Amino acid sequence: MLSNFGITVSIISLLLTTSILYLSYYDLKSSGNNVSKKIYKFAFFQIVFTFLGFITLIVAYVISDFSLINVYENSHTTKPLFYKISGTWGNHEGSLLLWINILVLFSFLFLILNKNKNKNFKLYTLIFQNLLISAFLIFLLTNSNPFSLLYPIPTEGMGLNPILQDPALAIHPPLLYIGFVGSSIYFSIALAALISKVDSKSLALTIKPWVSVSWTFQTLGILVGSIWAYYELGWGGFWFWDPVENSSLMPWFLMTALLHSVLVLERRIGLYSWVIILSILTFTMSVVGTFLVRSGILNSVHTFANDPSRGLFILSFLALMVFSSIFIFFKYAPDDNKNYKIFSKESFILANNWFMIFFLAVVLIGTLYPVFLDTLTGQKISVGPPYYNFILAPFLLPLLFLMTLGPKHKWISSDMIGIFNIALFISVILFIIIFLSIKDSSILMLLILLFSTYLITQTIFDFYEKFKNKNINLSRIISHFGFGMLIFSISLNQIYSVEKSFNARIGDEKNFQNYTIKFNNLETFSKNNFKSVKGYFEIIDNKNTTSQNLTPEIRVYNQPEIITYEASINTRFFSDTYLTMSNISNSDIFNIKFQKKPFMNFIWFSVLLISIGGILQFLRFEKKI
Amino acid sequence: MRKKYLVIIYSISIFVFFVLYLSLGKNKVYTTQDNIGKKIAEVQLNYFDIDGEFNTKEISNFKFTLLNFWASWCGPCRKEHKYLVELSKNSNLKIVGVNFKDEKKNALKFLNEMGNPFSILTKDPEGKKSVNFGIYGIPETILINNELKILKKYVGPINSKDVKEIEKIINK
Repeated sequence: MLSNFGITVSIISLLLTTSILYLSYYDLKSSGNNVSKKIYKFAFFQIVFTFLGFITLIVAYVISDFSLINVYENSHTTKPLFYKISGTWGNHEGSLLLWINILVLFSFLFLILNKNKNKNFKLYTLIFQNLLISAFLIFLLTNSNPFSLLYPIPTEGMGLNPILQDPALAIHPPLLYIGFVGSSIYFSIALAALISKVDSKSLALTIKPWVSVSWTFQTLGILVGSIWAYYELGWGGFWFWDPVENSSLMPWFLMTALLHSVLVLERRIGLYSWVIILSILTFTMSVVGTFLVRSGILNSVHTFANDPSRGLFILSFLALMVFSSIFIFFKYAPDDNKNYKIFSKESFILANNWFMIFFLAVVLIGTLYPVFLDTLTGQKISVGPPYYNFILAPFLLPLLFLMTLGPKHKWISSDMIGIFNIALFISVILFIIIFLSIKDSSILMLLILLFSTYLITQTIFDFYEKFKNKNINLSRIISHFGFGMLIFSISLNQIYSVEKSFNARIGDEKNFQNYTIKFNNLETFSKNNFKSVKGYFEIIDNKNTTSQNLTPEIRVYNQPEIITYEASINTRFFSDTYLTMSNISNSDIFNIKFQKKPFMNFIWFSVLLISIGGILQFLRFEKKI
Repeated sequence: MRKKYLVIIYSISIFVFFVLYLSLGKNKVYTTQDNIGKKIAEVQLNYFDIDGEFNTKEISNFKFTLLNFWASWCGPCRKEHKYLVELSKNSNLKIVGVNFKDEKKNALKFLNEMGNPFSILTKDPEGKKSVNFGIYGIPETILINNELKILKKYVGPINSKDVKEIEKIINK
């Protein structure tokens, strides 16, 4: 029953989408300054029906309706309600439905929130957005239907991969989707602006709130994904340069560049074409990421089932999207004229863009190079952290420096601002204190520490100054402060991390550096959907004679049958203690991995600060309107 | 001018899409089975308990060579060991062992208990040299002829069926 209902609702959504396309196209030719009332009505029904489709799937998951293949393959009756619901988007088909819902939501919001904009501009935006919606709906209905029937109906489902049964991962996809699917709206806006020849200022004002919103959600989505990987995968790190992580980072670089260049566009006309290119690229990169993840051409922790027909559809769609947007761009883009001086805010904001594009290129090459090499020469390689760290780290120095000084410059002006100020003085003193307490580290790492300290202190000074003058732009200050903190914490984390892996039996005691680790006991127990072996460890820090108890687990889930290694993490304000254990088959020996991870809380908190900046920018903008 | 850019960008995009299209049909599961028929990598391996190095080029001196990667901590190695001992009795075959990421005293204990089938025993304490042979877990066993060509590759413990297969090849 739910299957038929879901399919019907999706078909109605598709019909409504094509109707909107048809109506918008005809409304372009009509006289009058307002978008036809009919379009509003259709858009309203479009969002109602699309949303209904999504609710139908959620209901199917909640009541465990295994007549749907999708529910059968990804759910189980014994699963807690929360994970039944989040299981809806924990698979390819369901997440595609969520993706479509966000496309429609943004299309609808754009329509009702921009009542006073140029009519043709709005209509073209609707046309492009609804073209995207219809392409994804066709993909859903023909290739990846979450409502497909299964007969005979099984009594029990196959279960959700246990590593996905985690609160962080339940909210990670929706956050990330609002981020990169949200970028579709400024993709559509950009193309529409070109065709309907909208001026720079209205383009800037129209896309700015969407950029802030999608950027904020993208940042939060990446943060939550990273926290999940840290707690759940048991590798003890927060970023692995996994191809799929990279796929979420690449649109983020572009969104960050866009967030900055829109500020320039709002005041000057110089960057019109550039902002258009960035808007097009951001969504394109989001679809590229989707292609890489869903087609199965990359091996990664994000194991969507491998299906070449799926990849082919996304690839064809992507090609069509890229070729037509390049064509539209070349046909309609105006010639830009630059009118700003070197030491102006514009130049510094543009410098940000150059860095973001560089970072993007590095990550893109690192992600795609192995795919290209394998396809063209048959050679298999993998590109890992050493490549990224080696290439990206040195460029953090000038980036941090420009982030410190750039915002202090005025628009258009050409006076260079002195770099010797109290903030620099204080940060050098702070740095010397840190330097003296570090035993050994590379010069690059030390310089990064110095520059990030400078950025942190300077933003604090900026905050104080602006606060005094009551002319405060908190969004920039908080985000830049957050970024400074992030780089600072990551550097200290790298320098002070301790890692040791060893084999041990119950009763063994290991000593190294200042730590003693005792393997005290082992316990097995059964829970509803898994069996567990829990190790009891005592970790003694001999330097300040504190001890903590950690209990890593090995879980054997029964539906589906999967072994997971649950890290035991003791989080303190300054430092995390991290312990994982894995069994060595046919023996009573366990492999133990101990890690001391300083400043993890600071890393998470800094990213949160960065995203708060995005929220504040959005709110500030809303107040202005 | 614009047209020129358009052509360049279109050409690059077409190339990228074409490669991505080709990559869709590729098998993404990592295997080393395509090494069969190729020459064995030239690698210097340290001897297990004497100074000096064994160069895999020296394999050409023997009619057939079985290169076996093992460790005392590896359960499946224990399981396959009796088959190696059985094969070591065949005069057409030399078995070269690579003791993988192991401690010497444990490895010696293992050989004392289970017997020593290796004509030549080398070690790879960090597991780095084994990478050159495409080893990604142990045990793995590679059968090589005197032209240094890889004839067979067994991932995981060998069994009685594999022993028969190997014997068939070397007794020809």
